[in-house]
Amino acid sequence: MSSSTQPPGVIGIGQTKYSKARTDVSIPGLVREAASRALDDAGLDWGDIDALVMGKAPDIFEGVMQPELFLADALGANGKPMLRVHTAGSVGCSTANVATDAVKGGRFKRVLAVAWEKQAEGNAQWGLGGGKSGSMGAGGIFAPWVRAYISRSGAPEHIGWKVAVKDRLNAVKNPYAHLKLPDITIEKVRDSMMLWDPIHFLESCPSSDGACAIVVADHETAKTHSSAAWVLATSMRSELGQFPGRDTVRPQAGIDCSAALYKDAGIANPREQIDVAELYVPFSWYEPMWLEGHDLADLGEGWKMTDRGETEITGSFPVNPSGGVLSSNPIGASGMIRFAEAALQVQGKAGEHQVEGAKVAIGHAYGAMAQYFAMAVLASEPAPF
Amino acid sequence: MVDVAIVGYGQVPSVRSTEITETQMVLDVTQQAIGMAGVDRHDIGFTVSGSCDYLAGQAFAFVQTIEAIGAWPPISESHVEMDGAWAMYEGFTRLQEGDVDLVLVYSHGRSSPGKPEQVYPLQLDPYHLAPLGLDPWSLAALQARALLDTGVATERDFAEVVARNRANAIGNEHAQVSGKFDVDALLAEPYVREPLRRHDLPPISDGAAAVVLAAGDKAASLVDRPAWISGIDHRIDIHQPGMRDLTVSPSTTLAAEGAGLASGPVQVAELSAPFSPQEVIVRNALGLDDSVVVNPSGGALAANPVMVTGLVRIIEAARQVTEQGRDRVLAHATAGQALQQNLVCILEGSR
Repeated sequence: MSSSTQPPGVIGIGQTKYSKARTDVSIPGLVREAASRALDDAGLDWGDIDALVMGKAPDIFEGVMQPELFLADALGANGKPMLRVHTAGSVGCSTANVATDAVKGGRFKRVLAVAWEKQAEGNAQWGLGGGKSGSMGAGGIFAPWVRAYISRSGAPEHIGWKVAVKDRLNAVKNPYAHLKLPDITIEKVRDSMMLWDPIHFLESCPSSDGACAIVVADHETAKTHSSAAWVLATSMRSELGQFPGRDTVRPQAGIDCSAALYKDAGIANPREQIDVAELYVPFSWYEPMWLEGHDLADLGEGWKMTDRGETEITGSFPVNPSGGVLSSNPIGASGMIRFAEAALQVQGKAGEHQVEGAKVAIGHAYGAMAQYFAMAVLASEPAPF
Repeated sequence: MVDVAIVGYGQVPSVRSTEITETQMVLDVTQQAIGMAGVDRHDIGFTVSGSCDYLAGQAFAFVQTIEAIGAWPPISESHVEMDGAWAMYEGFTRLQEGDVDLVLVYSHGRSSPGKPEQVYPLQLDPYHLAPLGLDPWSLAALQARALLDTGVATERDFAEVVARNRANAIGNEHAQVSGKFDVDALLAEPYVREPLRRHDLPPISDGAAAVVLAAGDKAASLVDRPAWISGIDHRIDIHQPGMRDLTVSPSTTLAAEGAGLASGPVQVAELSAPFSPQEVIVRNALGLDDSVVVNPSGGALAANPVMVTGLVRIIEAARQVTEQGRDRVLAHATAGQALQQNLVCILEGSR
């Protein structure tokens, strides 16, 4: 076996400003902005990178087939190995996980992973429909499952509104966040247009341009870095999207993904041992759904955590202090942002949205028909338990 | 390092246009590979696939194929938007962590639903190249012209590459184009993109392939003669064709170094050279001498299921070890236009 018994570390993180349309940069400019910041954060230069991994959601979103090929030039990839990951909406976190695997495989010291989306250069809604008209969009797919969760758990309707307000107020504290809605209220969310019942406009993620980059290093290299975020474990699970009896509210792949993750990280009681979670919540109701879907709350208890304010930055189990996907959604990057924000929290470098005393954090993403899951545990110490 | 071997493989015949879906093709090839390895699909610790949404013309086109591998109960799985050879590289990397010992790799590609001349230009820089409508055939012709200008090869050399590959493909049930062709007759054909003739171009193909990888003793216990991966590496070159020398392939040379080609001669090389001049470039980049048997399968000129062609080269190389008793062989895969990205894998009969 290689160095896999000793966890690798994230030694550099870079994010772009997320916004509706980054008309000031090209796609190469966008990915280079994130990658340059990750290298600066790590105190490295392009030549220090041994291999690259790129992730993004469907190429049809921007209309460029396998864009990593032309982006190689902007990322100093020439002469190096470069992989391109695509696992639907979970891709950003999968890309970070694949970069971690590349380091754990023992061949590379430093791997640069970059995930991005530039939705303003295409039409993601059209792309989601496979280029055919009449796409129902992700919200149309998820709305019946949200309704099923409400029916099953008996959650009151205002839970979704509360999540929307919390995440948008968190985003005000995050300099990179796209949506800044300091005046948002429960009433404004409730009164906003109904898009896919029960999901209102203000309970939905925006379309964003943006890129996120991380540098993952092997254990020995990361040890020389002053504030590495240790990757205690990563996990990915997939299941079929449709079959009779499938639990679409709490998919088995999600349960299995987090169970494997906690086991590998040495976490016996996730609710107590994890200090902060960056969960992929593109529609507000997915906060309680994933709290229960990943055994962070008992069945039927997720919405109560939200309702009691436990998922606030100052709560006992903060969720999405960055503002989450509800505030910034460059689709292919969104999962890596969860991973990177989890890392920033345990590094103590999350700035105004820092959770006090965060030592262990999880990043999470899911995709397609809520059937692809990718997760990671980041920690301030390589062996915290 | 964890020793890794190919213990099962499967492919379907490449055809110009198939009526069956990717999912059906993937079911066929993964059943072949799993059956050959003699394992239960539930014993697979990690699955990784390679494909490209743009061929199917649909976002998330790969998602449906997990139906074929029975992703229930849930499986540990990933996907690269690349040729299956790179999916296999990820599978090989995953096995190095030591916690899984069986990996399933598959890839699929149907070029028939779209118009390649419209699809492939979208693989180029969207700001500076794609708007020119520069298709792969024109780019390959520029590469061929540059090669001719160096004096390294002639148009006759290109025709000889074609004749040899097509002759080799006779008897390969998976090949799409095969037969005996006279070099002078080939040279009498008209140009499609000067200096390239139709036969210098790959066929347009639909296809799929799969392999099962196993670690160490597991591999040795499963089949009589596993194809051991003694080295595998991949590298990428500059994208802008005007910024690089198209007559050489430094990324192939680097990948070969990384894969350990220098540590001993190979008997057979399966090269992904979809355009005949590219075989000359790749051979030179690898430094292969005339004793090496190149493309006994007929190579990419005989069948070119995009996203699968590279994995097929690895399978054909593995067959040379497992079925033909060869000791050391090489497989090469390429991606992008004009040989931008390249992978080299060396397989051996002993651990």
